Amino acid sequence: MTTPTDIIKQSPEDKEKIRTRIQKYVDRWRGVEGNLIMILHDIQEAEGYVPREWSMELAKALDINLGRIYEVLTFYTYFNLKPCGKHAIHVCTGTACHIKGSAKLIDELKTRFGFVVGETTPDRLYSLNEVRCLGACGLAPVARVNHEILAKATPESLVEKIESLEKVNV
Amino acid sequence: MKTIHAKINGIAVEVPAGTTILEAAKKAQVRIPTLCKHPDLKPTAACGLCIVKLKGNPRTFRACTTPIDEGMEVITHDDELVSTRKTVLELILSNHPADCQTCGRNGSCELQKLSADFAMREERIPRHVCDLPKDASTGSIIIDYAKCIKCGRCVQVCQEVQNVWALSFLERGIDTRMAPSGDISLAESPCVRCGQCSAHCPTGAIVENDDTALVWKALHDPNKFCTVQIAPAVRVAIGEEFGLEPGTNLTRKIYAVLRRMGFKAVFDTNFSADLTIMEESAEFVHRFANNGVLPLITTCCPSWVDFMEKYHTDLIPNFSTAKSPQQMMGVMTKTYYAQKQGLDPAKIYQVSIMPCTAKKFELERDTNMQASGYPDVDLSITTREFARMIKQSGIDFLRLDDEEADSILGEYTGAGTIFGATGGVMEAALRTAYYKITGENMPKEAIDIQSVRGLKGVREAEINVDGTKVRVAVAHGLANVEYVMDKVRKARDNGEPLPYHFIEVMACPGGCIGGGGQPYGVTDDIREKRIAGLYQDDRDCKLRFSHENPEVKQAYAEFLGEPLSEKAHHLLHTHYVERPMYQR
Repeated sequence: MTTPTDIIKQSPEDKEKIRTRIQKYVDRWRGVEGNLIMILHDIQEAEGYVPREWSMELAKALDINLGRIYEVLTFYTYFNLKPCGKHAIHVCTGTACHIKGSAKLIDELKTRFGFVVGETTPDRLYSLNEVRCLGACGLAPVARVNHEILAKATPESLVEKIESLEKVNV
Repeated sequence: MKTIHAKINGIAVEVPAGTTILEAAKKAQVRIPTLCKHPDLKPTAACGLCIVKLKGNPRTFRACTTPIDEGMEVITHDDELVSTRKTVLELILSNHPADCQTCGRNGSCELQKLSADFAMREERIPRHVCDLPKDASTGSIIIDYAKCIKCGRCVQVCQEVQNVWALSFLERGIDTRMAPSGDISLAESPCVRCGQCSAHCPTGAIVENDDTALVWKALHDPNKFCTVQIAPAVRVAIGEEFGLEPGTNLTRKIYAVLRRMGFKAVFDTNFSADLTIMEESAEFVHRFANNGVLPLITTCCPSWVDFMEKYHTDLIPNFSTAKSPQQMMGVMTKTYYAQKQGLDPAKIYQVSIMPCTAKKFELERDTNMQASGYPDVDLSITTREFARMIKQSGIDFLRLDDEEADSILGEYTGAGTIFGATGGVMEAALRTAYYKITGENMPKEAIDIQSVRGLKGVREAEINVDGTKVRVAVAHGLANVEYVMDKVRKARDNGEPLPYHFIEVMACPGGCIGGGGQPYGVTDDIREKRIAGLYQDDRDCKLRFSHENPEVKQAYAEFLGEPLSEKAHHLLHTHYVERPMYQR
């Protein structure tokens, strides 16, 4: 991850590149209440995570403090602050999913594949994260594999889903 | 304003509309406990201890955020409320380490006190304490995340009162932490080390870096000649640590206790405050008379200097190059005093007692802080650390006979002592600038420059100096600085007349008397009492103009030449640079 010292050393050209790209999202959500979250969604969609240097330029573009952006970024487990694997796996640990056995899903992924919650596998293929909540409590327990929601997931159905993923070269 | 009539525990109260139940209860001599509401800050309803009941309503309400209404009947204490509060405390304690004896807030912790008041005797809920490492990166302030109770005071003071944004409210639920944003250390963050977070923290989660052991070590080292200086604001606050009223002036007892502790020479930062005024007012008069860069901005406050070097770099030419009194005293001790006494400056160990956590940082700001060829000041401790040292020493502080400071760096005037209050540097500088411009002292009735005094965030005034109007501004609390600086920028960019000629900035609300290293529990009421103590000291001084300080005059005659001389420049002035900064 980039450190503050890296950022200070960052060239004006690099900053300008980020600025131009951010401006597109800022314009898209201009004047919309709560646009910070929408812009962060767009950035994560494009980059796979929200890089520090992007947050810094966004703070300037929206004229808000960097701390405010990080308060939002860290409040929602949806946002990644580190680069993610090719395939993003989210297991919901909200109240309903917790009661319906989300812990079993996570245990299975840990033992079967050696995944670690909050981390990406060394081959950069899979990232496992807990989320609260995916807003689909009626389907608990829920997991999300990339953009697909796995309803009433079982350890078996989740494993099956992951094994079916194509192993793209990275 | 509309008056509200209500009852608290059956006692009738009358308060202005908008008053919260928490405030109104005080009128009925009722204290509702709270761990998150601080008189300086807005209520956040974070801790849940201030719950109360309203007659005819089945719910409970948080007293800190509920305004009292006409006819309301509030119940603040009954079996159920007290028992719920106890449960809330148990829950807070279940996430808090049980290491009170080795904690920086042992004896001054609000959580510890409430636990004692509520007779917490059992641990019913198993403890779960977070294992985040401490952050000691700044050398001034230490954050211990495990001790945080998530009240949010530090974040509010850092973001809203100081506009620094070193701390943010990150994560949520059990993982919530008040920390620099983006997994960086406090030293890498925008932190200016003002220590207001530590002054507002109810527990030991943020404390000053305690250097008292280093002072003792130096004092017991036979090869060191230990000297010490005490800042203006310390004398009117240290008494609070010994049960005295805020504002009690203990200057002469402090001299006595320092000598008993083993310091070989006891100096007063008030002397070097007078010296600062000589340099700064000369700088002002020079710029004023020669169309120099104006407004001149004061630089005694290291947090403000740090803030400016990060965020107001375009105004660097406006900054006074005069060093702070702490640094001037250091360099004068290791040059002038050492020569006069025939001492080897390498053996002198200079300790400063400051109301400030940022002064620890100022010592190592840059090589100008070693103008004597040695570290000008070796160690800086806060008022709180000094109080601890007195208690460790076994000296019955309050019963000591009064003593005087050492000569040649000990004599001070009223102008030096008011440095500790917001507006004081401005007032002291104006007194001497007036003399330098007109050749005579201000008339007696004008010496107290009331227009620059008080606790209003920004004070603007026009001072008549022999027919010339000098426009000045005083700001304290860094969030108030922006207004003044923007006004200067706007005038400069539009080619308009200067809004001010002279600006004083102090980072901490109230100035140094409200510094981040002062005794805990500060409120505006206490700030006013400490300030009153300093103004009283000023009035009690025979001399009230820095340029009349006999020891300052002697130092110029024997050693420095005159203000702004080459020697003065080398020893007493510094310069500022833009600091590349991770973003606010």
